[in-house]
Amino acid sequence: MPKRERRRVVGSEQVGPYTLLRLDRGGLDAGLPGQFFMLEAPGRLLPRPMSVCLAEPSELAFLIDPIGPGTRALCALEPGERIGVLGPLGNGFRLDVERPLLVGGGIGVAPFPYLSQRLGGPPAILGFRSAWHAEAAALVPNAEVVLEPTYVTEVLPPGHDVLACGPEPMLQAVRRLTPHAQLAWEAPMACGYGACYGCAVEIDGELRRLCVEGPVLAAA
Amino acid sequence: MRLLNASGCLDALTAPEVARELDAYVTKTVTPLPREGNAPVRIAETDVGMLNAIGLANPGVDAFVAEHLPRIAELGVPLWVSVGGFSVEDYAHVARRVGERDEVDALELNLSCPNVDEVPENVWEVVAAVRGVTSKPLYAKLSAAVPDLGGLARAAESAGADGLSLVNTVRGLALDERTLRPVLARGAGGLSGPALRPVALAAVYACFRDTPLPIVGMGGVATGRDALELLAAGASDVAVGTALFSDPGAVGRIRSELEAELSAAGFANADNAVGAAHDAGGSTLDQRSRLLVEKPLHMGANMAG
Repeated sequence: MPKRERRRVVGSEQVGPYTLLRLDRGGLDAGLPGQFFMLEAPGRLLPRPMSVCLAEPSELAFLIDPIGPGTRALCALEPGERIGVLGPLGNGFRLDVERPLLVGGGIGVAPFPYLSQRLGGPPAILGFRSAWHAEAAALVPNAEVVLEPTYVTEVLPPGHDVLACGPEPMLQAVRRLTPHAQLAWEAPMACGYGACYGCAVEIDGELRRLCVEGPVLAAA
Repeated sequence: MRLLNASGCLDALTAPEVARELDAYVTKTVTPLPREGNAPVRIAETDVGMLNAIGLANPGVDAFVAEHLPRIAELGVPLWVSVGGFSVEDYAHVARRVGERDEVDALELNLSCPNVDEVPENVWEVVAAVRGVTSKPLYAKLSAAVPDLGGLARAAESAGADGLSLVNTVRGLALDERTLRPVLARGAGGLSGPALRPVALAAVYACFRDTPLPIVGMGGVATGRDALELLAAGASDVAVGTALFSDPGAVGRIRSELEAELSAAGFANADNAVGAAHDAGGSTLDQRSRLLVEKPLHMGANMAG
């Protein structure tokens, strides 16, 4: 298991409603795309799980949606501040795919910039609630954007190896269309390393701890 | 003084490095039959702690003994098994199965899970039934959310318990910021973390006076100072729970912080600090000499005031 380290914030920028938080990478292993780090949220009891968005030689970046007190505290961090980080954790995407297609919705695009880089810039279909949210698509090369009320599943071309991340209804719809897709799920987590049993999600009637069995799971 | 994990706050099989830092590893509660646990959402953070409603998810005693126990024993850390159930017979059944295994050093009876609908029958009956089927050390884990904790502690003692684990979580509720609906699918859950610290201190303090049983103190321990205060209230061992979630290195850190706290407070070792909060004072040379040093100072202050 990785050790918890303190890392310095080197940048924080707005991307639509989201914040791209850049941390000094130091000796941190970025892991595979889809793996995540537990980031200390200043002033809060529990850290927050965030997948790696960008893995540069000198920094790791995380795309954060300020939806609660912890994520708001992370988005309010300023360069020079330090936070505890633990990772990489969990299981990422398998990269041995022949015709990759990234399918994402909303903040689910967070792992795609790094995933796209590792797969050589495959096509991507990204769905957003509004044009403002869709500003995040600029982080992903070769992306086709759809806005609500259009859903990504309405424009999904056949014959691809789908790698998907997004809200649960989107993932459920994607797996109905592409039974062999790799899906990155999301759940509240207290620990990220199998201790708390909090991140169980029900998939086909079975509860699975996302942090140790996922967050990327094969659909079929 | 030993440092343990609070039951349900560590899986030794997914984090063996963390388990190896402990003086004893306490398993998640084992019940007779496998349990998936409660539907998600199962955890929520609040401003003063966290709520969980996991619901005793576990593989059941058969799979635990056959598959989990041998692998946990390989870690080489003394092993306590947390025993749960929904009737006296359930507890006795699980206790008999795990109590006959050499890998198991002690049993902790979870008599106080707030996250299941079926509550165990009275503490005396459960402890007495389990006492009848195993000679392993038995710790009764109690909740502070009862009208007469001292009475329960004495019941556990008279039924044959060897120690107390204090405290389990207390029930709490968190509402969603926007919808004002409960965050947890189950509604309420067990509150742990910093909010539990004074509750644990009071429970340990009371039971130290009410029974001679050794006490494992737990509830919001995040620093060496927190551990020292539980010792002073009367705990002889300390367990770390929620703090493990944010910091898997918490046990090693708390251990070294505690050493510094003990020496700053003038205690030669942790055992000398046990019960230091009580009026009767300590029975060791260290504590007596400490009282002798402090007493004139207090008297001086009183006379001046």
